[in-house]
Amino acid sequence: MNARRLPWVLIVFLLLVWIPWFGSRYYTFLATDIVILALFATSLNLLIGSTGLVSFGHAAYFGIGAYACAILTKTHGLPFIVGLAAAPVLAGAFAAFFGFFCVRLTRIYFAMLTLAFAQIVWAVCLKWNAMTGGEQGMPSVPYPNMDWMNALPFLAGLRVGEKYYLVALVVVAVCFALLRMIVYSPFGRMLTVIRENPERAGFIGINVRRYELAAFVLAGAFAGVAGALFGIFNRGVFPDFAYWSKSAEVLIMTLLGGMGSFWGPAVGTAALLWLHQQITAYTQFWPFILGTILIILLFAFPGGIVGAIDAGLTRLRRRRRA
Amino acid sequence: MTEPTFLFGQFVSGLTTAMFLFLIASGLSLIFGVLRVLNFAHGSFYMLGAYVAWQMVQWLGPRTESFWLAVLVAALAVALLGAVIERLLLRHLYRREELYQLLFTYAVVLVLGDLAKFTWGTQQLSVPRPPSLEGALHLFGVQIPYYSLFIMVLGPLIAVAFSLVLSRTSAGRMIRAAALDREMLSALGANTNWLYAGMFAVGSFLAGLGGALVTPVRAIVPGMDVEIIVEAFIVVVIGGLGSLWGTFLGALIFGQVLAFGILVFPGFSIFAAFALMAAVLILRPWGLLGKPLK
Amino acid sequence: MLEVRDLRKSFGGFTAVGGVSIKVAPRQIAAIIGPNGAGKSTLFNLVTGHLRPDEGAVMLDGRAITGAAPHDIVRMGIGRSFQRINIFPKLTVFQNVQAAIIAHKGFGKRLWGRSVDLFRDETTALLESIGLGPHAGETSAELSYGAQKQIELGIALASEPRLLLLDEPTAGMSASETRDAIALIERIVAERGLSLLFTEHDMEVVFQIAQRIGVLHQGKLIAEGPPDEVRRDADVRRIYLGEHA
Repeated sequence: MNARRLPWVLIVFLLLVWIPWFGSRYYTFLATDIVILALFATSLNLLIGSTGLVSFGHAAYFGIGAYACAILTKTHGLPFIVGLAAAPVLAGAFAAFFGFFCVRLTRIYFAMLTLAFAQIVWAVCLKWNAMTGGEQGMPSVPYPNMDWMNALPFLAGLRVGEKYYLVALVVVAVCFALLRMIVYSPFGRMLTVIRENPERAGFIGINVRRYELAAFVLAGAFAGVAGALFGIFNRGVFPDFAYWSKSAEVLIMTLLGGMGSFWGPAVGTAALLWLHQQITAYTQFWPFILGTILIILLFAFPGGIVGAIDAGLTRLRRRRRA
Repeated sequence: MTEPTFLFGQFVSGLTTAMFLFLIASGLSLIFGVLRVLNFAHGSFYMLGAYVAWQMVQWLGPRTESFWLAVLVAALAVALLGAVIERLLLRHLYRREELYQLLFTYAVVLVLGDLAKFTWGTQQLSVPRPPSLEGALHLFGVQIPYYSLFIMVLGPLIAVAFSLVLSRTSAGRMIRAAALDREMLSALGANTNWLYAGMFAVGSFLAGLGGALVTPVRAIVPGMDVEIIVEAFIVVVIGGLGSLWGTFLGALIFGQVLAFGILVFPGFSIFAAFALMAAVLILRPWGLLGKPLK
Repeated sequence: MLEVRDLRKSFGGFTAVGGVSIKVAPRQIAAIIGPNGAGKSTLFNLVTGHLRPDEGAVMLDGRAITGAAPHDIVRMGIGRSFQRINIFPKLTVFQNVQAAIIAHKGFGKRLWGRSVDLFRDETTALLESIGLGPHAGETSAELSYGAQKQIELGIALASEPRLLLLDEPTAGMSASETRDAIALIERIVAERGLSLLFTEHDMEVVFQIAQRIGVLHQGKLIAEGPPDEVRRDADVRRIYLGEHA
């Protein structure tokens, strides 16, 4: 199965790399958006899809990562690499602290506490003017220094936005590689086991809370990276990065693509953002469309796009055998 | 800043907010208690209650006692909508994981929000106070509008009324039984379908009622659905999901935190509210007066 | 090997286990019998860390393990199967057992490497030894009840326990399934030199293989000893076996 999948990933990656040259500015913009948010959604799926933990407050770590990077690069003038490294560390640290309390709860209480913590983060970002710029946020977060790219002939001609797209793409690709490694590792298998039957998991020797906390921290760290990248792309970091509606957005992207597969959330993100772009061109009633799509999804396609494709392929295979 | 009159004024303001919230949150708590669904769309019902009430006042003519009729119609309309959504759509998701039910109610929020925007636009709307309740009471140097007093009295009245229904009537007994053990109840032959639809309708009625009653005091504007549902969640979590008096207590606490948070520093209120919610979840997840979920 | 001293557990006003003391020696097969609600599952839950006792102690090889968490108790050498099917439904039979072995060998913390490749031989060997070899690739939720019970056993064995706690291992099985299950359990226990403590409803099974029997009634042990002694005990006959006689 994996031998058949790997070329696809490589092909998609190469196509993505090629976008600044064959696509317009618009496509590069959209691709940057998709790529960064796909990382955000996949980090959430480490919690929902792999471990069975439904978090309503994942945007908190997205926001923390974004602010961490922005504050270090804009307010303190440190290089981008420092900001980028600090984002997952800080986001992961907060995830460790919040997660410690969250994993001791189950189901609805877990979800509510993740939400409460996220709203606290949002409230702090909104009101701590000195540090976070308050309601105004932090506009004009600087781009990383990409002059070194001019040394390479095929990169020299690109605009800033396109150069940044390639930087973000590489960072995201590395993160995806790490996430994929984690999901398929023995640790990832333990998470699956926890999702399937937390009680039994304890009784094969797994300290369930410790593993859930580890998953929580890893998910938060990767969300932090996504936040840092997004803040620069968005030309500004704002309190609503941590607001619950952002958590809901990423939840929907994950569901749309399919929580049961690794690439599901990425597919869902691409689909949702593309749809959003298309529809908002014609009407302001995007929430209505989104709500309707969500309802159809919940009733007819609980496995998301990838789930539907999988089911379709299985049916085709069965018919061919018969 | 800390003169007695000012403090008393803040206290009264906190009490008014609390009773308003209680009206709305009690519906949310009721729905959760029996159906085990955390209904995000509860805030949307609140908003629709407000819009429909405004619409009724437009048709019936303002400044007459049509206000009360408008409120009743609005609440009933919202209750009907709630029952329809529950019977036609929501009930098919009961078998699935809770996440699907929650996301469904969120989808309803999105849809109803835009439907309201489409029908009534994005401008702020308002409804004048009913003539019978104009004016204010002067107490301890503070002006308390009669309308606020009305709300402050209505809150506990509804709490007591519900409490009596739950403890004294056979329907109430069924509701309490359903909150404790749903499967057992249906195994005993009770018609759970009607129970669920009924409960959802009653909860939505309360939301619509709250929305309609708030129109003379707050502006009717897109976004009020989201604003209120967050506050209602905080109240219900603090007090205890599914507990009527817990919701009452939670509303009181939240109201005062909101009113007096200003004194600590601006913006402390929202931080404090969520911090309180987190603290309750950490220390006593089922809320101050709630019971642990099965 | 296992010693339970004066264990007590109450829920509200109801005493589920009211002062139970038993001993299981190494390589011994012991059974706990009693009517429904006698407290058998609660007793197991107390021993395996799923519940904390109000009073009393649980000792393994002389060391107190009272109130330890389930994952620690597994590491100390106690394996357990559950009365209701408690496996990992969406995983295949192979994956169920493999995961247990991965956890047992301490590889669960590894963030790299592919889990599908680990301990394949060990998993296959274990599956073969309990007769699940041919079903290895099937999704466990789709298997028959009896096969799922075998998976239960497999998962418990994967942790290489020295003491096996089986909660109603033949519940819901037909006569022939029961025979097969008991034969399998006897063989496994003998092959690996395990101690076995199990609860049962089926009297034939109990008297067939148990070396010591304890009779639980309303949370208290009313009789304890070799099968013949228990069979002749007047209290037992009155309260329990009387219904069968």
